[in-house]
Amino acid sequence: MIHSLFLINSSGDIFLEKHWKSVVSRSVCDYFFEAQERATEAENVPPVIPTPHHYLLNVYRHKIFFVAVIQTEVPPLFVIEFLHRVVDTFQDYFGSTNVGDQLPTGQLSVVPWRRTGVKYTNNEAYFDVIEEIDAIIDKSGSTITAEIQGVIDACVKLTGMPDLTLSFMNPRLLDDVSFHPCVRFKRWESERILSFIPPDGNFRLLSYHVSAQNLVAIPVYVKHNISFRDSSSLGRFEITVGPKQTMGKTVEGVMVTSQMPKGVLNMSLTPSQGMHTFDPVTKLLSWDVGKINPQKLPSLKGTMSLQAGTSKPDENPTINLQFKIQQLAISGLKVNRLDMYGEKYKPFKGIKYMTKAGKFQVRT
Amino acid sequence: MSASPAYSEEKGGSSSLGEPEYGHDPASGGIFSSDYKRHDDLKEMLDSNKDSLKLEAMKRIVAMIARGKNASDLFPAVVKNVACKNIEDPNQLIRASALRVLSSIRVPIIVPIMMLAIKEAASDMSPYVRKTAAHAIPKLYSLDSDQKDQLIEVIEKLLADKTTLVAGSVVMAFEEVCPERIDLIHKNYRKLCNLLIDVEEWGQVVIINMLTRYARTQFLSPNQNESLLEENPEKAFYGSDEEDSKDDKLDAASLVKRKPYVMDPDHRLLLRNTKPLLQSRNAAVVMAVAQLYFHLAPKAEVGVIAKALVRLLRSHSEVQWVVLQNVATMSIKRRGMFEPYLKSFYIRSTDPTQIKILKLEVLTNLANETNISTILREFQTYIRSMDKDFVAATIQAIGRCATNIGKVRDTCLNGLVQLLSNRDELVVAESVVVIKKLLQMQPSQHSEIIKHMAKLTDNIQVPMARASILWLIGEYCEHVPKIAPDVLRKMAKSFTGEEDIVKLQVINLAAKLYLTNSKQSKLLTQYVLNLAKYDQNYDIRDRARFIRQLIVPTEKSGALNKYAKKLFLAQKPAPILESSFKDRDHFQLGSLSHLLNAKAVGYQELPDWPDEAPDPSVRNVEVPEWTKCTSREKRKEKVEKPFYSDSEGESGPTESADSEPESVSESESESGSSSSESGSDSGSRGEESGDQSEEEEKKKKKKKKGKEGEEEEEQGKKGKKKKPQHEGKGGSETSWEEGSISESSSSESDSGSEAEESQSEPESKRRTTPPSSKPAPKASRKGTKEISLLDLDDFTPAPPQPASSPAIVSTSLVTDLEGLTLTDASLTPTMLSPVFSTVKTYELLHRMAGEGLSVEYYFNRQPFPPDPHMVAVQIQFSNNTESEVKNLRVSEPKLVSGMRIQEFQEIESLAPGDTANVIMGIDFCDSTQAANFQLCTHSRQFYVSIQPPVGELMAPVFMSENEFKKEQGKLTGMSEITEKLTLPDKCQSDHTIVQRVTAAANVSRVPCGVDNEYRFAAKTVTSGSLVLITLERKEGARAHLTVNSEKMVIGTMLVQDVSQALAQ
Repeated sequence: MIHSLFLINSSGDIFLEKHWKSVVSRSVCDYFFEAQERATEAENVPPVIPTPHHYLLNVYRHKIFFVAVIQTEVPPLFVIEFLHRVVDTFQDYFGSTNVGDQLPTGQLSVVPWRRTGVKYTNNEAYFDVIEEIDAIIDKSGSTITAEIQGVIDACVKLTGMPDLTLSFMNPRLLDDVSFHPCVRFKRWESERILSFIPPDGNFRLLSYHVSAQNLVAIPVYVKHNISFRDSSSLGRFEITVGPKQTMGKTVEGVMVTSQMPKGVLNMSLTPSQGMHTFDPVTKLLSWDVGKINPQKLPSLKGTMSLQAGTSKPDENPTINLQFKIQQLAISGLKVNRLDMYGEKYKPFKGIKYMTKAGKFQVRT
Repeated sequence: MSASPAYSEEKGGSSSLGEPEYGHDPASGGIFSSDYKRHDDLKEMLDSNKDSLKLEAMKRIVAMIARGKNASDLFPAVVKNVACKNIEDPNQLIRASALRVLSSIRVPIIVPIMMLAIKEAASDMSPYVRKTAAHAIPKLYSLDSDQKDQLIEVIEKLLADKTTLVAGSVVMAFEEVCPERIDLIHKNYRKLCNLLIDVEEWGQVVIINMLTRYARTQFLSPNQNESLLEENPEKAFYGSDEEDSKDDKLDAASLVKRKPYVMDPDHRLLLRNTKPLLQSRNAAVVMAVAQLYFHLAPKAEVGVIAKALVRLLRSHSEVQWVVLQNVATMSIKRRGMFEPYLKSFYIRSTDPTQIKILKLEVLTNLANETNISTILREFQTYIRSMDKDFVAATIQAIGRCATNIGKVRDTCLNGLVQLLSNRDELVVAESVVVIKKLLQMQPSQHSEIIKHMAKLTDNIQVPMARASILWLIGEYCEHVPKIAPDVLRKMAKSFTGEEDIVKLQVINLAAKLYLTNSKQSKLLTQYVLNLAKYDQNYDIRDRARFIRQLIVPTEKSGALNKYAKKLFLAQKPAPILESSFKDRDHFQLGSLSHLLNAKAVGYQELPDWPDEAPDPSVRNVEVPEWTKCTSREKRKEKVEKPFYSDSEGESGPTESADSEPESVSESESESGSSSSESGSDSGSRGEESGDQSEEEEKKKKKKKKGKEGEEEEEQGKKGKKKKPQHEGKGGSETSWEEGSISESSSSESDSGSEAEESQSEPESKRRTTPPSSKPAPKASRKGTKEISLLDLDDFTPAPPQPASSPAIVSTSLVTDLEGLTLTDASLTPTMLSPVFSTVKTYELLHRMAGEGLSVEYYFNRQPFPPDPHMVAVQIQFSNNTESEVKNLRVSEPKLVSGMRIQEFQEIESLAPGDTANVIMGIDFCDSTQAANFQLCTHSRQFYVSIQPPVGELMAPVFMSENEFKKEQGKLTGMSEITEKLTLPDKCQSDHTIVQRVTAAANVSRVPCGVDNEYRFAAKTVTSGSLVLITLERKEGARAHLTVNSEKMVIGTMLVQDVSQALAQ
């Protein structure tokens, strides 16, 4: 399995190494650095790099490469998934002051995900239903593909060994699900009810998918007019964002980003609301729109100055959109009820819905 | 530990020089010694039995090290003391840590110690320690591969382990040490399949991968008939007709020969049990199941994995990358499976390039006549991307679509030609290369395009593109007779400045023109060849020399000259543009080797399906005839050594048989209890077999439904038939217990018979012995009964026990995870508890309130078969009126959430003075809240409610002392409630105590090795949480009552009820 692990920061320093078997020289990372150089961008470093005597499997998170050294055949996902869990653990660990027991007591329990002897004075269970819309909208505004990826994140602080069931008004919506190991699969299969003894604290109960086959409501639209002219060194740029199918809710936290073609030297734009920036080096335009007021649609208008003498870029930039809608699960998913068994007290229960843009792109 | 080599180096220096050594006694400040054996005394001290000496030695060694002196030769002795001591620690976590420390020290000298430690830990009573033992195996193996044979023995032993905790780890060890010993898996195959869902996720990955390989060696291909049909069209496409017809005959023959395919049930078991894991949150698990299905499932079933794999595309980009590679391979073989998800592979501008390229690969593989227009439209957007590597890959993809789908070839070609005028040179170059390949398919129709491309040589600078154009012109110079010599002229001019690959093609073009149009190009060719002759690159010089000899006739030039034209202008087959993922599936998908398309070190080849299935019976787990033999053996044994302190030796051989360890567990847990765990061996064994029996039970329940029906029937037939079985068991138990049981049955007719029944029930379930073997023990049973009517006080009313959960161990585990496991109806407990003679009846409806109708109820402590989560309530109606009461029924239950009622069947009429009994089931959700409902007659409605005493919310569970202790160990802290009480005078005898406790709560007694302690176990009916009761008598009449349960509320109430019952 994993022979050694190296942590490499963005400036290429190996700042931490751990060897489970014999010590593997740091020089093995040179192969990684080579690959990194070839890839030019961090995201394009191949996750698996073969070297003459080892295989380097890496993940890139928080601007750190976690490079695992492998010597023999192993399912690559095994290592990659494991590395991600390691990162998650780091994140958890450094994020909070809770230091776990030295001894892995959870291993011995029948519910290894929950520690025993949990006690709270305020017993509460919060569930966040968060849905992300992944969509590609084409030039004309029609949807090429759209799907909803949802998760239910929970924060459960309940005394003892509570046994919870969570049921939905419309469980059929969920096309594909994956569970936290605490969820009883059979119960879901037969009754479409989530039945589980929750871990203590924060955890992801469920991730689900509402497929592209279902019609997905697209809550915003983008009107755009981006044009380059062959003769002129000036281009026109104009976008307007407006609400579409929002079920009467406000669209907020709207953020527009777009990678402009290399030929664009600068942009002089005026937003009707919010702040915008254009980085002439990376050619990244971003516009922090904020809330959409349906009465007065936010827009960003102006000109682009292009490199003189070069011909017009043949591609138009793609517009990436972020937004948030509170109190709405765009798929229509609704939690029916949450019940607790096995404990006597009455817990405080809360459910929150939110819809966000996932990978939401508008082609122009 | 990496410091140890440093020590040894140092040692070489210091000892050879004979430097003075301060090691002996640092306190004394320097005894000079050059004695080479100077550490012997320390070693002796470390090896001695006295802790004080050891401590002293350790102090000295630490002092030596502190002074920088070399103490490395003492290393093994130290390790032995530090780790080995802890290896016997009473705390399992410490034992496990000690083993982990020991096995992480990679020094060959400790190999023997490690081996011993592993062997010991492998038979530890704690599954966690056994798991650690399994982890240590590969470490030891990598340290010293000579230990293989011994390690295989340990692996074999651990493979037989029935706990989910151990399964993943031992399979990992198996894979690292002896993956070729597939025979070790046979007996454990079904168990592994059944345990799988409860194993931790990393273990699941390892087990699934191993089982994939296993299945490939043991089962027949589920697609064998299909694959024959499938291969043919492909052959027709590539192969010649002749071959084809031959194949056809062969296939036809083999089709006839082959029997109709029936899937081995074990094969099906694997597929069925892995499928739910596609829902795992762990990408590695999902991938493992996906590859299993891809390699093992019938074609029609493989489709289920697509959705899960597509889901993984939402994960981290590294996961995406790996998944897409696998999808790319799969999509070639099983295109249909991913077609519905076509759009999930559409590319976003924000995807990393390496992901884009893989998605493109998948899209191309998925392209067919029906979806090609959509895909091409999508490709068109991609071509305008700013990411040029991606654009180049898109052009390649278009080329592949064009070659694969004839319908769109011209459209694609036109599109590509348009790209030739693209401003981006890379795009143009890539298009040229692709066009070249496409043109090779039908050159004659496309001379216009060739001409167009010839013009491009003026502008295009990318060497590969220039080379491609030159090759095209040379190859098809007859289609462009006028342009070709002109191109050569230009190229001759710029020859020296060209890249090597372009130069080679210039020579190539010159040669071809020389052969076809020597009049116009002779001089040019000579000129080019001369330039090439003096080129810096020897390849080019070499090529020039070669070509000159070949094409220019001289006296010396041999026969080849005549064939020059044939050599150069032979018809060349068009290149086949195919995916680089084609045929990658000969590597097991999901593996590193598959990803690299090269065999990685340690890769286990995925074997081909066998032609003939190997004997499936190797996986059968024997059902030994042990009713007779073991009981006899045991009896004999019992006479000789009542405590079975080393019964292991005798039961050992039989234990290995899979289905039988119950007997062993029984006897050994007993032995554990009686000898109060003095022999760690027998204790651990008991533990282990307990676990085994649990799993066993599970398995049996799942598999042997049929048999179970039979068994249940047997159980139904009163106690008589069961007696023999009980007999067998009684025989296998220690004498005092047996005595007590039979005592109870005779002294107290009622509860005694119950006890008997309950005792025997687990047995009846456990035994799969044919009924024919029963009569014999039955006879002997009577014998014992008569003999052992003695110790009245010992174990009086043997507690009621559930029939279904004989091997309970941690029923809580079973029930807790019931939802996760494959719960068959048979898994749910069917409890046949005894009816108590002294049942407490409660009033449901008083005669007055009921206007003459009185209703009483009691908890009959029977299982409620329609729903095992319900408590059975027996209701008795008495009609004290003068008239008939009609249509007695339940209506409008008003229940607390979660609570459920199974109503009794309506009583049509109840004559005056008559009584009627019905049973209804209520799921109280493990709470003592009342179930409210209406009782209706034809004329009236009565509001009634049933409130259960807490003791009725549970069902007895049978467990051994060890299991009890183990479970109790898990339920400490908040889950433990203790109360001190004083036992009244009349409640001093064991008999009374046990009776009172069992009357207060539906629990079963757990055997106990200590005189002054009583233990009882049960689990709650709804959630199956364990409830453990311990009553410990102290001096005088004082006693401690302890209840352990996850359900704190139940625990608290139970303590109250039981202490009340005892205090009466």
